[in-house]
Amino acid sequence: MKIIETNALTRRFGDLIACNNLTIAVEQGEIFGLLGPNGAGKTTVIKMLTTLLPPTSGNASVAGYDIVHHASDVRRVIGYVPQLLSADGTLTGYENLLIFAKLYDIPHRERKQRIHEVLSFMDLEDESNRLVRNYSGGMIRRLEIAQSMLNRPRVLFLDEPTIGLDPLARRAVGDLITDLRDNYGATIFMTTHLMEEADLLCDRVAIMHLGKVAALGSPAELKSAIGKEGTTLEDVFVHFAGSKLESEGDYRDYRETQRTRRTARRLG
Amino acid sequence: MKSAFSTVLSFCRKTLVIVELEIRKMRHDPTELIMRAVQPVLWLLLFGEVFAQTRAIPTGNIGYLDFLAPGILAQSVLFIAIFGGMSVIWERDLGIIHKFLASPTPRGALALGKAMSGGARALTQAVVVYILALLIGVKMNWNPLALLGVIVMVVLAATLFSAFSLIIAFLVRTRERFMGIGQVLTMPFFFASNAIYPIAIMPPWLQVVSRGNPLTYEVDALRALMLKNGTSVYGLGMDFAVLFLCTTILIIICTYLYPRAAT
Ligand SMILES: Nc1ncnc2c1ncn2[C@@H]1O[C@H](COP(=O)(O)OP(=O)(O)OP(=O)(O)O)[C@@H](O)[C@H]1O
Ligand SMILES: [Mg+2]
Repeated sequence: MKIIETNALTRRFGDLIACNNLTIAVEQGEIFGLLGPNGAGKTTVIKMLTTLLPPTSGNASVAGYDIVHHASDVRRVIGYVPQLLSADGTLTGYENLLIFAKLYDIPHRERKQRIHEVLSFMDLEDESNRLVRNYSGGMIRRLEIAQSMLNRPRVLFLDEPTIGLDPLARRAVGDLITDLRDNYGATIFMTTHLMEEADLLCDRVAIMHLGKVAALGSPAELKSAIGKEGTTLEDVFVHFAGSKLESEGDYRDYRETQRTRRTARRLG
Repeated sequence: MKSAFSTVLSFCRKTLVIVELEIRKMRHDPTELIMRAVQPVLWLLLFGEVFAQTRAIPTGNIGYLDFLAPGILAQSVLFIAIFGGMSVIWERDLGIIHKFLASPTPRGALALGKAMSGGARALTQAVVVYILALLIGVKMNWNPLALLGVIVMVVLAATLFSAFSLIIAFLVRTRERFMGIGQVLTMPFFFASNAIYPIAIMPPWLQVVSRGNPLTYEVDALRALMLKNGTSVYGLGMDFAVLFLCTTILIIICTYLYPRAAT
């Protein structure tokens, strides 16, 4: 069954086409990776699929619900971890989860148990009563993933889930993602800049460049398409996205960097 | 098909979750509330005492300090509410708002909950003003119904001005611009009202402006409810109606603007 389908999905920002006629389908239970250089349009795609950003044209459905006309049904069945570290630093980890458990209508008697379940899954139980402001970046990321799985989402959108993590934490998050799929049957739609990670985790990847899909397939397929012996996913990435890289890195990226820095300063 | 009743119930519950969230934050870090409490102290103790001595302002059958206390309460409510919009700019920059918008929470509940949490913060200021008023000998009305009226009015007014502040925040989008505009806007609200002097002593054009200022109706109601010998000029029904109407309109605008914060 196809759990995500997009049909000529397009988003413009003024003259810029951040997502250009995107048509992809993701199978239920798949770990799907969206790769591409900075500014390729990955976050834009995720924001549209999570109903945060209305498409300029085209359409898409998640778990059978149209993202524009049935946005509130979509919101009920998805989990979302934004690109920026965005847990609330002025609350404790437990409170962050409690608030979202309530917003997701998790019944009162199940709430505590559900929160403890995700906390222990993420290995955060001992820290749950500390203010998130005092967490490390990796702990915040784990908390956010914990929060996104509270409602047992059918589709989990992870925008660079391993950004800023050390290799150990990264591996832990990687294991978690596989676990989530295996134990909860969730479909994972993720972005990453780490090709090894994508190669290891993803069943299929799409390489986006300048708002378009430049290549789509399993990591093995894409590597063998290049033909050379010992090709890595990174070589595939460079092959499809390497051109015209200098035209990227615009103001928006600068702003994102500023924001991330600010977050880091505030949280760290 | 869900019944209308359960939809309304769910809306109210989510609104209260957002309020709960803000109250929890406030409990972890009450510094802002303590800092804000300094202002009413200065106004009542310095400004109030001096003007009470001069007897320059005609306040009818009540003393100037009595006249001033509800005005200063209204002022603290205004100030604490008007900077509430700052927090959504924060939350937008940090991406916090995105997660709320991607959750099954009605946009209206997000807007109303955020605005009403200004009410929770404003109530802490009301406690401060009540204690001060007692200390300086203002003759207060302790009728439980009147107290309830004060609480409702304070929450309503804080919701109104918080919603106003949220709208500004959504429009200007950066903290720097918001700080500037916030400063510029609070002063006219405060001075073009009956908070520290009666409207009757104003020049005619300013009287017109003041009659269009919701703060005037808030102060009018607070004067009638807080003080032992307080009376309302416009009638309590009118005061609450004006506040309620303005709040409703602003919350609707806010609900419409909220999702744009994530784009
Ligand atoms: N709100 C916005 N207003 C204007 N332009 C935008 C906006 N959001 C994104 N863009 C532009 O759309 C393009 C795609 O941005 P997007 O954030 O989707 O890239 P990305 O692939 O997620 O990049 P990164 O790897 O750096 O996160 C960029 O050129 C960006 O400048
Ligand atoms: Mg991105």
